[in-house]
Amino acid sequence: MFFPLEQHPPEQPALVEPNGAVLTYSQLAAAVNHVAEWPVQRTLIFCLTSSTIGFTAGYVGFLSTQAVPLLLDSELTPELLSRLITLYRPSFLWVPQKKSGAFSKYTPVQTLYDYTLLQTDCTDCPQLHPELSLLLTTSGSTGSPKLVRQSARNLLSNAEAIAQYLELNSTSERPILTLPLHYTFGLSILHSHLLTGGTVLLSEYSVIQQEFWDYFEREKATSISGVPMTYTLLERAGFFERELPSLRYFTQAGGKLPHRMHQRCAEFARERGLRFYAMYGQTEATARMSYLPWRLAEEKCGTIGIAIPGGVFRLVGDSGEEITEPYREGELVYEGPNVTLGYAQGPVDLARGDDFGGMLFTGDLAMRDTDGCYTVTGRKKRMVKLFGSRVSLDECERLLREQFGGADFACLGRDDHIDLFVTESSDCTAQNALTYLSETLRFPVWAFGAHPIAEIPRNEAGKIQYPRLEELL
Amino acid sequence: MTHLEQYNQIFMKLFGVAEEDLPSLIYLRGNWDSLQHIEMITMMEDTFNISINSTDVILFNSYEKGKEILRKYDVEV
Repeated sequence: MFFPLEQHPPEQPALVEPNGAVLTYSQLAAAVNHVAEWPVQRTLIFCLTSSTIGFTAGYVGFLSTQAVPLLLDSELTPELLSRLITLYRPSFLWVPQKKSGAFSKYTPVQTLYDYTLLQTDCTDCPQLHPELSLLLTTSGSTGSPKLVRQSARNLLSNAEAIAQYLELNSTSERPILTLPLHYTFGLSILHSHLLTGGTVLLSEYSVIQQEFWDYFEREKATSISGVPMTYTLLERAGFFERELPSLRYFTQAGGKLPHRMHQRCAEFARERGLRFYAMYGQTEATARMSYLPWRLAEEKCGTIGIAIPGGVFRLVGDSGEEITEPYREGELVYEGPNVTLGYAQGPVDLARGDDFGGMLFTGDLAMRDTDGCYTVTGRKKRMVKLFGSRVSLDECERLLREQFGGADFACLGRDDHIDLFVTESSDCTAQNALTYLSETLRFPVWAFGAHPIAEIPRNEAGKIQYPRLEELL
Repeated sequence: MTHLEQYNQIFMKLFGVAEEDLPSLIYLRGNWDSLQHIEMITMMEDTFNISINSTDVILFNSYEKGKEILRKYDVEV
């Protein structure tokens, strides 16, 4: 069994749904044993993820029986999903029963709660490396074929480290989910609590819905976690004015919290006797790389704190030299047992072993203060974080070129905003491109700006000259 | 512009819907997700120069309900 489910009190609830459904640890263990009888060992299973008992019981079963799930956003457009299926040729799909109608060409072979296992007609299934346990996407919404390959050791070591620094040493922990489980941060909450015997309050509500707060109070949630946008929503939903006697701590990751918000969270925590953890991570590190110890939340406001137990940070300068003095910027490099095996760009890569060798170049620029706390100062690669999700600007350009053959595109990002430069054609105005990107990535239109341009500036090698575009903004 | 016109403009601009579809707009359908919701609330506040409290931010869950809520802030639409 992947998680020590049978070591927890059998009657202890493991999973709860807002409709009142409960799955105890003994029931979850039974479901996992049931899945173990399915012929799915060492097969690739595409999962349409939801925060439900059905999805989660199946997922934990797949891990335990050494199948390899790929967790996908269940809102992924059918076109993007079918492209991924054609590329990776999974043996099975794990889908909500209510959606199985959309997959009528596949054969239903098993059901568990409200989820169905569909067998595909893929014959030459990709070879899976013995250490491979789980696949996650690098960016939930673009349908990018680039996946992160994670091992059992990655998952378990990260769950243990998280449980240690969050002090999850009792089965009375009841985290309420605000993040989807296909997202590494959301998933890490599930893992660390299944490890320690807590009760995960599954939810797909937004924190600005009354139902969320009714559920929170009814089930006496003890912790809440969110990305920066969650905190914007929480603030508007009156989180900082609410009486929440069951709450013990709250956490934030998935991008830098604005200084004002970090300050407000830290002060709120102090006034209410709660713990607040600002944290930092990436899918490539299974989830978590650092946390700011709650006692330092105010003093070290704006930093990402220190490496998690078992991990080490280093800073590397432009010429590869290690930076040892404080307050000098360099690329943040992380080492630890949770550094994943590597990426996959296609099915052949699923046979690959450990490419990263326990060392992750994060692509983030950071500096260290004299107390050893790190602050992220910028991004080395062309990435932005929109509402907690990492979006590759190159990936946006790829999507646009695939959709609109006649036009040329360049994307620039600043903080949480993407600017599109478009050489307009008969079938693509700048506005078309903006609408397409907003709908495909499912981010609001106001997260994008569209700029028609006569020609995308390129150098002789054909590479886009982004600094010249930046001058136009 | 009347208050109603301003109110309608916010929804039409933000959610890209036609005027005749406004009465059926409900939170979490179509383009109206929680991020758009906050943007919409901010636009209401800026347009009518009011400050909507957190309870009303949560209760504001449809086009029609929003009119009722604005009335509490002395904005007749």
